[in-house]
Amino acid sequence: MANYWNQEIECMSREDMKKLQSERLVAQVKHVYENVPYYRDLMDKKGVTPDDIKSIDDLHKLPFLTKADLRDAYPYGLLAKPLADCTEIHSTSGTTGKRVVAFYTKNDIELWHECCARAIVAVGGTEDDICQIAYGYGLFTGGAGLDGGSHKVGCLTLPMSSGNTERQIQFMMDLKSTILCCTPSYAAYIGETLHEMGYTPDDIHLKAGIFGAEPWTEEMRREIEKSLGIKAYDIYGLTETSGPGVSFECEAQTGMHINEDHFIAEIIDPDTGEVLPEGAKGELVFTSITKEAFPLLRYRTRDICVLTREKCSCGRTLVKMCKPMGRSDDMLIIRGVNVFPSQIETVLIEQGYSPNYMIEVDRVNNTDTMDVYVELTPEQFSDTVKDLQSKEKDLAAAMKTMLGINPKIHLVSPKTIARSEGKAVRVKDNRKLH
Amino acid sequence: MNTIQQISVFVENKQGSLTAVTNALCQNNIDMRSLNLADTSDFGILRLIVNKPEEACKVIQEAGYIVSMTPVVGAKVDDTPGGLAKAMNAIVEAGLNIEYMYAFVNREPNCANVIFRTDDNDRCIAALQAADVAVVPDTDIYA
Repeated sequence: MANYWNQEIECMSREDMKKLQSERLVAQVKHVYENVPYYRDLMDKKGVTPDDIKSIDDLHKLPFLTKADLRDAYPYGLLAKPLADCTEIHSTSGTTGKRVVAFYTKNDIELWHECCARAIVAVGGTEDDICQIAYGYGLFTGGAGLDGGSHKVGCLTLPMSSGNTERQIQFMMDLKSTILCCTPSYAAYIGETLHEMGYTPDDIHLKAGIFGAEPWTEEMRREIEKSLGIKAYDIYGLTETSGPGVSFECEAQTGMHINEDHFIAEIIDPDTGEVLPEGAKGELVFTSITKEAFPLLRYRTRDICVLTREKCSCGRTLVKMCKPMGRSDDMLIIRGVNVFPSQIETVLIEQGYSPNYMIEVDRVNNTDTMDVYVELTPEQFSDTVKDLQSKEKDLAAAMKTMLGINPKIHLVSPKTIARSEGKAVRVKDNRKLH
Repeated sequence: MNTIQQISVFVENKQGSLTAVTNALCQNNIDMRSLNLADTSDFGILRLIVNKPEEACKVIQEAGYIVSMTPVVGAKVDDTPGGLAKAMNAIVEAGLNIEYMYAFVNREPNCANVIFRTDDNDRCIAALQAADVAVVPDTDIYA
């Protein structure tokens, strides 16, 4: 028996949904055109006016927004409401220059929590459940989104935030938490710690987990399900579109239903920008049709994905997206943090090193590791180990400031990092995520 | 000159990095008087005292290594118990930090040579001489 939070929407006929999306899109384009000069300029340049957008069939006429636009318009350039109407801010983790700051009105928060409530109910959550939120709280959207969804459903909400794993397990046992929300790697770590502490899944009362904010595999799903004795569900979202809850998995565990009444999804060819038919693999693009403060139209996520409208056994008619299969840019997600190799290059140049480097990413004991190999220059060389080690430390600290995560730096001899003709290969990702 | 030019070479901890350096020296007929390696799990710093420092620097650099010359102080210490202690006490009492030190062979009997790298060579030499410890002149080393 399927569970819905909002059956009318979640099981709406295709025709009605299209109608609803069209109405909302037309109003949204008008709202953005009137209140966001940055996007108005993009539309003017493309020769599109709000009058040209009569239904969802005209969506393709609108210009795209990219991460570069977000950077250019930082911090207020894409804001569509007076700050006085905004009540909350969230941001992507610590990335100078590429940080995304998103604004929310009261209504934006409401709709975001609604999306998360649908995700919680889809995994069997009711007001009888105890929902342990072990996503980080604060600027990160993970904690805030699921916390809001859990309150909306009426679950008893445990705002644990991430970390302090033994205490997480203690609360889980003492208070009999039934739903766990966190990143998949943290869920795996909690499972491991549970067993290390001498317990088994029989000692806890979890039945389901909602895990997102980073890529994970089917193998990882099975591992988590076994170690915690639960069903593990995926959830998708990005700060640009509000946070987790843009799409969520149902009991079928065969992809994530997109909350189409709030977000229109398209798949495009990342090279040409052309819209691809259903079932084709390409870059996922989202248009927020209900958000007031930070309504991004045709935002390119860079996630490579496939959409499907095949009938789902859960009864929902919402379109399904697969787990992202990769990126159309070079962004890495390390410990839930977005990392661009170009940021590492910036730090190296600032600190006087060669921009020839190699990033090696791995996952050890369910935690992502990042090693950066840097060529030493004659100017930086010193005859004492102490000096060279402090250079490694300084570089790691500068990268931590830039990225929000601490890499391990390895100094290597000059010209030992392979030069390549054409596009340089800077990243070796040993994690098997897709 | 009372200081000696030490050659410092950056070497990664991987097979073959040291032999390439020693081969370059051998092929150019450069005599090594002393060798010391400081290492971490990632890299090492090879420190050499040779008879032709400038030439050594050039050939090691040509072999693709980062190399630098650092002036260090050589002390002749008595080859008896307490000989090294005397020299070290003199340096420490002068308020200097010893960054690193290592011993090397010489051809004089009953006498050991020790290289000191401190934060101030001039004060190091003065302290040693005041304590009656002889300093190795560079002419003893260079061919």
